Amino acid sequence: MSWLIAILQAVLFVTLAPLLAGWLKWCKCHLQNRKAPSLLQPYRDLIKLTHKQPVVSEQASWLFIKAPYIVCSAIVLAASVVPLIAVNLPTSATADVIVMVGFFAFARFFLALAGLDIGTAFGGMGSSREMTFSSLAEPAMLMAVFTLSMSASTTNLSVVIAYVLDQGLVLRPSFVFALLALLLVAVAETGRIPVDNPSTHLELTMIHEAMILEYSGRHLALIEWASELKLMLYGVLIANIFFPWGIAETFSAQALAYGLLAIISKLAVLAVVLAISETLVAKMRLFRVQEYLGFAYLLGLLGLLSHIILEAAR
Amino acid sequence: MTLILAYSAVLLSLASGLLSLMTNQRHTLLELASGGVKQIRRDENCQGVIFDQLDEHRFPVFLRQTVFILLGVSGICAILAGLAVLISREVFTDQIGLGLPWLPWHVRFDSLSGLFFVIIGIAVGAVSLYGPGYVQGYQESRNPFAVLGLFTGLFVAGMLLVLLADDAFMFMIAWELMSVASYFLVAFQHENPANRRAAFLYLLMAEVGALAIILAFGVLASFADGLTFDALREAKLSTVWASIAFVLALLGFGMKAGIVPIHVWLPEAHPVAPSHISALMSGVMLKVALYGLIRFCFDVLGAVQWQWGVVLLVLGTVSALGGILYAMMQTNLKRLLAYSSVENIGIIFMVLGLAMIFLDNGQPQLAALAFLAALFHAFNHALFKNLLFLGAGIIHHQTHELNIDMMGGLIKKMPQTALLFLIGCMSISSLPLFNGFVSEWLAFQTALQADVLDNGVLRSLIPVSAAALALTAALAAACFVKVFGLVFLGLPRSHHAEKAQEVKYKGMLIGPAILAGLCFLIGVFPGVMIHLLNSVADSVLGQTMPNDSAAGWLWLAPVSAKQASYAPLLVLVGALIAGCVTFWYLRRDPAKAIRTADTWDCGFGALTSRMQYSSSAFTMPLRRIFAKAWLIDERIDKDMQGALNQDVAAVHYQLHIQDHTWPRLYQPIESAVNALAKQVGRIQTGNIRTYLGYSFATLLLMLWVVS
Repeated sequence: MSWLIAILQAVLFVTLAPLLAGWLKWCKCHLQNRKAPSLLQPYRDLIKLTHKQPVVSEQASWLFIKAPYIVCSAIVLAASVVPLIAVNLPTSATADVIVMVGFFAFARFFLALAGLDIGTAFGGMGSSREMTFSSLAEPAMLMAVFTLSMSASTTNLSVVIAYVLDQGLVLRPSFVFALLALLLVAVAETGRIPVDNPSTHLELTMIHEAMILEYSGRHLALIEWASELKLMLYGVLIANIFFPWGIAETFSAQALAYGLLAIISKLAVLAVVLAISETLVAKMRLFRVQEYLGFAYLLGLLGLLSHIILEAAR
Repeated sequence: MTLILAYSAVLLSLASGLLSLMTNQRHTLLELASGGVKQIRRDENCQGVIFDQLDEHRFPVFLRQTVFILLGVSGICAILAGLAVLISREVFTDQIGLGLPWLPWHVRFDSLSGLFFVIIGIAVGAVSLYGPGYVQGYQESRNPFAVLGLFTGLFVAGMLLVLLADDAFMFMIAWELMSVASYFLVAFQHENPANRRAAFLYLLMAEVGALAIILAFGVLASFADGLTFDALREAKLSTVWASIAFVLALLGFGMKAGIVPIHVWLPEAHPVAPSHISALMSGVMLKVALYGLIRFCFDVLGAVQWQWGVVLLVLGTVSALGGILYAMMQTNLKRLLAYSSVENIGIIFMVLGLAMIFLDNGQPQLAALAFLAALFHAFNHALFKNLLFLGAGIIHHQTHELNIDMMGGLIKKMPQTALLFLIGCMSISSLPLFNGFVSEWLAFQTALQADVLDNGVLRSLIPVSAAALALTAALAAACFVKVFGLVFLGLPRSHHAEKAQEVKYKGMLIGPAILAGLCFLIGVFPGVMIHLLNSVADSVLGQTMPNDSAAGWLWLAPVSAKQASYAPLLVLVGALIAGCVTFWYLRRDPAKAIRTADTWDCGFGALTSRMQYSSSAFTMPLRRIFAKAWLIDERIDKDMQGALNQDVAAVHYQLHIQDHTWPRLYQPIESAVNALAKQVGRIQTGNIRTYLGYSFATLLLMLWVVS
């Protein structure tokens, strides 16, 4: 039963991810006085891409062709670990939050290699920048995560969430710092403004788009889907860890439906916040990003230290 | 029986070394054989075989293969002996009447030695499959095989003897055998002055390290009666003397293991040795140094202090970060790998430091967890660093190039090597499903338990070092993306890379393939390895890691299933399902098969390999962000021409990156030694009467002291 729900949850994750991207775009368009595309546009784009014949460079090796599948599978696996509508699912135990970060690293490793495979300057540029900034973002993310896992004394995401639910609404300085750090990292890792802009192809600033410039057809569809999934994953992580209320603790149909409703509304609100911030903030210069990520790292560290000094003091 | 296996491993490696001396003795062998055959005479077949093998052209090949087969059998014996002692958890002791009459060699073979026997055995086995093909490329007149074979055998025997030693005397002899034999291996291609310099630096630092170790044993021995480890264990030391012994041992073993700032010999010596030797040095010899430190601190010295743990933690963190940052900037593939060894040794030291801290704070279970993580990482590092060095050897063998800026596109020319190297890169970048990840995961789990400590400083120091570990892991991934991307992907950057072919000699692929397979298998079934390592933790700390058995063998749950768990096999199954479903769904329509076309060139015309990212371009953002970590000398010169001298004809770019340790640490020491030597030189007048006067004064002084 619990495995069934876990699979159902993973499927929900995968299918809802484009909807979140559509909703985000819709909010942004309305905030910027533009005419918004339909909420289902990301689905249409994905379907269109899967029906197209992919064009691959003559220089490409097997790695370039396999990479989208590997990247997508790694992100799907990472998603299956994160509790979406219910806690106490077995998938959270197969891999904890450190493994989840490992899946992200896995996906990034292959995407960066695929960027280098063709031998164009753009691909190399994207890979170099992606690896640089992610190697700064990853420790910041782990710092934030460690703060939570030290408070709950576990790295199992499901148990962390259950712990926060159990504690009720307590204002902890460490959680506030961790939340801020995770928000900053999430923006950087999902390639949103001010770190990267997924909707432009300007060589001075692009990071993620430069790596995948050579992809087309179903390969591009997989990568786009994976990045939408990653956006949703970070959203769920923030929503469910810091505001877990509403998530199902039992496996009754009612609780699950309630959990689904809760996470959809939480994500909708988060997307609005992201849309507002993307509208208000301008894109950063490339060599300001390390300061931004350094700040996130510092916040994570402060969270950890405040947990150790203020909350766990004996 | 186990001990006999261990001895035969040592003897076989010695035998392989001695056998290689036969290279120049073909005529003697021929005479011997004809003499022997006269006596046998009956067996025509046998006679034919013998003379066939002694033929002028076949003999060197035959000899090489026999030498490496002996080495391989020695490796297998070492693995078997190690596994036997790890599984049975027994301790074997023995005495050999070698050495001085009143100082027999004491031998002890326990779980800790057994684990390192397995590490050496696997590495030696892989190298012996790889070696025959690799050494073919050497010219006999310039680089005689006899030298290489002899010192390889001695080197391996030395390492194995270090593990068997149970008294300081035998330990030091074996240690020196290992050091000196490896010096000759580093100096093997001595026609190049840079190699001679590297070898001398290595010898110098190895001997300084050995002195420190001797002094450390001396401190212990002055409180004990005898030089056996049993006697040394009994020694009652005050904390101060124990700490002095610890610092000396750390200096000695740390110099061999290559922690920052005493790592400088490592990036010089490892690249210049033949690749299979660099694999042994980097993958195995550093582990022997680690063994020495563990044996000295946890076993012989006994009660560890948490302050030592802090020292190890800080040094380890500095080494890990420094190692990977320096590695990132290298363009020589083997030099890069050597610096990455510094990083991995740093990680192991960090986790060992945690083990000491937990042990002294009354948390033996957590100490066992940390200890296990350290040993696991040592084992993993031996596997993947060996794999990567052997891979680098194949690349060097096929392209005659070690500069990664001169490679590219090798994945199409050498697909099998590429796959093996990719597995190595994934393991060392600690990606899930591979072995490197498991040990880093365990290290993180240990660091997250810092909450149990009472000391507030420690509780905040440990998470900070965990953060540094996270940064190290992420930078390592970036570094190895660079390596794999520049070497194997993209367009060939040089003529050599364009003409490269897959290796002909299959053994050169089988050796690394075994290592790659082990990397993957241990990544998916870490439980087996944990079980073996637990017996080491049990024998050294008297405590095992409580892998939550309620969760089943599939799971890795180091503290309790509720706190953290990882089931790599289930993850693998999940990954396969996800990958296969998408693959099947998207590829089911043959009409939409892939179409190949030219690379998009922005409409500017043909792309050339010069337009690709190079090593220095790839690392430019990091170089800018962490600018303080290196001494960077970057120079851009422009050749101007034209009427007003304003047209740029050519641009010259120079980049020179140096370690901070040379100008900060070593050059002051060097000038101090020189200055001291000058002062000493003053009393050397060159006049015999003065020297006689010195002798007389010394004699008087001695007499006065004696009376």
